[in-house]
Amino acid sequence: MIKTESFYDTPAPAGLTGIKAWLLTHDHKRLGLMYMWAILFWFVIAMLCGLLLRTELMSHGRTVMGPEFYNALFTLHGVIMVFLFAIPSIPAIFGNFFLPIQLGTDDVFFPRLNLFSWYLFMFGGLLALISLFSGDGFPDTGWTFYVPFSIEANSNVGLTVMAAFILGMSSMLTGLNFITTFHRMRDRRMGLMQIPLFTWSLYATAWVQILATPVISITLVLVVVERLFSVGLFDPDKGGDPVLYQHLFWMYSHPAVYIMILPGMGVISEIIPVFSRKSIFGYKAIVWSSMGIAIAGSLVWAHHMYTSGMSDVSVFIFSLLTFLVAIPSAVKVFSWIATMYKGSIVMTPPFLLSLLFIYLFSIGGLTGLVLGAVGTDIHVHDTHFVVSHFHFVMFGGTGFAFFAALHFWWPKMFGIMYDFKKAYIGAILTAIGFLFHYIPMFILGMQGMPRRYYDYLPKYETGNFLAGFGAYLLIIGILIMFGNLLMSFRSRVPASSDPWGGTTLEWTVPSPPPVHNFVEKPQIEEYPYDFTKVVERAKRVKGNEN
Amino acid sequence: MTPVQGVDQAFWYILGFSVFLLFGITAVMIYFVIRYRRSRNPVPSDIRDNYLLEIIWTIVPTLIALSMFYVGWSSYIGLRTVPEDAIEIEVAGQMFSWLFVYENDKETENELVVPLGEAIKLNVTSLDVVHSLYIPAFRIKIDAVKGMETYVWFSADKIGEYDIQCTEYCGAGHSEMLAKLRIVPKDEYLEWLEEE
Repeated sequence: MIKTESFYDTPAPAGLTGIKAWLLTHDHKRLGLMYMWAILFWFVIAMLCGLLLRTELMSHGRTVMGPEFYNALFTLHGVIMVFLFAIPSIPAIFGNFFLPIQLGTDDVFFPRLNLFSWYLFMFGGLLALISLFSGDGFPDTGWTFYVPFSIEANSNVGLTVMAAFILGMSSMLTGLNFITTFHRMRDRRMGLMQIPLFTWSLYATAWVQILATPVISITLVLVVVERLFSVGLFDPDKGGDPVLYQHLFWMYSHPAVYIMILPGMGVISEIIPVFSRKSIFGYKAIVWSSMGIAIAGSLVWAHHMYTSGMSDVSVFIFSLLTFLVAIPSAVKVFSWIATMYKGSIVMTPPFLLSLLFIYLFSIGGLTGLVLGAVGTDIHVHDTHFVVSHFHFVMFGGTGFAFFAALHFWWPKMFGIMYDFKKAYIGAILTAIGFLFHYIPMFILGMQGMPRRYYDYLPKYETGNFLAGFGAYLLIIGILIMFGNLLMSFRSRVPASSDPWGGTTLEWTVPSPPPVHNFVEKPQIEEYPYDFTKVVERAKRVKGNEN
Repeated sequence: MTPVQGVDQAFWYILGFSVFLLFGITAVMIYFVIRYRRSRNPVPSDIRDNYLLEIIWTIVPTLIALSMFYVGWSSYIGLRTVPEDAIEIEVAGQMFSWLFVYENDKETENELVVPLGEAIKLNVTSLDVVHSLYIPAFRIKIDAVKGMETYVWFSADKIGEYDIQCTEYCGAGHSEMLAKLRIVPKDEYLEWLEEE
């Protein structure tokens, strides 16, 4: 391969130098990295909020903080994790970086709009920060901003809601960019069934982002209008309907769950074949299940509202639809496992993290069945069971997929390799801490401990203590993992263009890639997961199994 | 079968299948990773799909899921079908306590007393923000919304004291919004009801 300068050495547009080369860049790769540092910052902040919360709960009564602070803290944890980590993380970082490359092109369709999305993201984050330290302090409403409480609350709800509104804009514009790039910039020789699954998952996600985000945007504006002018849309005193708000809120926020998990599933669909050195099993089924999840996932929002007082007919319909949306996810899990059958499997940190993803995500999905079924949901709704369930999906799922993606594409993004041993230790510790942390919450929920509780009945103390203990293990694991990745900047062990033996286009370009991604015209294979060449190459290089 | 038993059976049914599926998925995954490790199986096979297998693993989970839906729904019917002779009590949530009003206008705060052996229907509303009435022992929960009346019912079939908690986040005192349910013998209940 011809030796080229990486995108780090070539500003785009040309002529920009120093910090400007980053802050004014149109390069999707630089933007991906800029998102990465911002998102990692927010992740660590929200993680520490979570740790403080669990520390408070480790013993009965007041431990380290008062109830007002606790309530603001869990709102902050939720808002950051949802709007500044889980929704943007995989699409904004890895999607920006790899979607154009996987499609065989040099950038997204609207590079300036892409830069603008990044500024919206940063501005939204900044507003959230300002709302923290100005006025009457951060809201204590929970990230759901349920009315009438969020209308009556004295805290800085308006500003925080505006922050969420702006972050929604950023997410929509990114989605718009991905859809247009997918259709208009794709290499002409690449048919729909030749597109890598990660890009497919981003495409499905992007439609949900574009179609569902406006609903929350409007709803959040209505909350602000209600607070400022008391029009009485949601306020029962003026004839408004609080349940209407819940519908509008979940009409976005349930699809948002799929915005968070679909890209994660895409990551896993890339990693499993590479380390099994075998084609993904059921490529078409995975593509269709992504689209199926995107569509069906948009029709199940009211399963968050079985106890809200809505009609039993609605409860019936939404429960039925909820069970149907479980099927495409199950199909994906089966396909990943079938991919390993008769493969030639090699253990690496991204592969281990993907296996952990499958395990933890399965628990999250299966406990979701308890919540989808009406009778059982009534008992555990709004208890710690739900807290545990969605953390298994959002953290065990999206979070672990994010860690796996970091380890998988790190050598490509930075051209350096990290230490495997520390990565394994970090990953295993994180997983053990995770189980210690969330399994007790399932039990607490079944015993009847509600969520968002600053304090609890004495009988729940043991479970809460164990969960707190798990939280510390979990965070030590994550810090080891991140620390190890950062250490790779010091040791700078160079990575080749294809360290794992991948088949998708990003592994044909240098690590890190040049500014226009491809040195020569990309070779589009008949099928994106054909490992025959990789196997042949491995046979030729005897003694080097990788 | 009481509604509580119905819900618990649904729990066992769904959790039972889930544990079985989780165990299966995990065991097969670990077996494949060990059996097909590169040192033992250096040359992979090229298998891309198998339509029969894919159809089976779409249809079988769909049937399992539908059966779970059915079990969940039928247990819910038990929670919604109130016996006609149920004693009705009005409940109102407020920041941060529960008010109970009896048929003879007796009013209590955070204390719900009911007679053994009767079906009890609670008509629930709120005086301010959204709350949610939760009695774990009877597997019932319903939101209390201002301007709206919702209901739950339970069969008071065992003497004792049970916890009532608020499960819809309602502000600083949310976790202190607790009440007690006492199920007492009928004569004791009547006596209590007449007390000032």
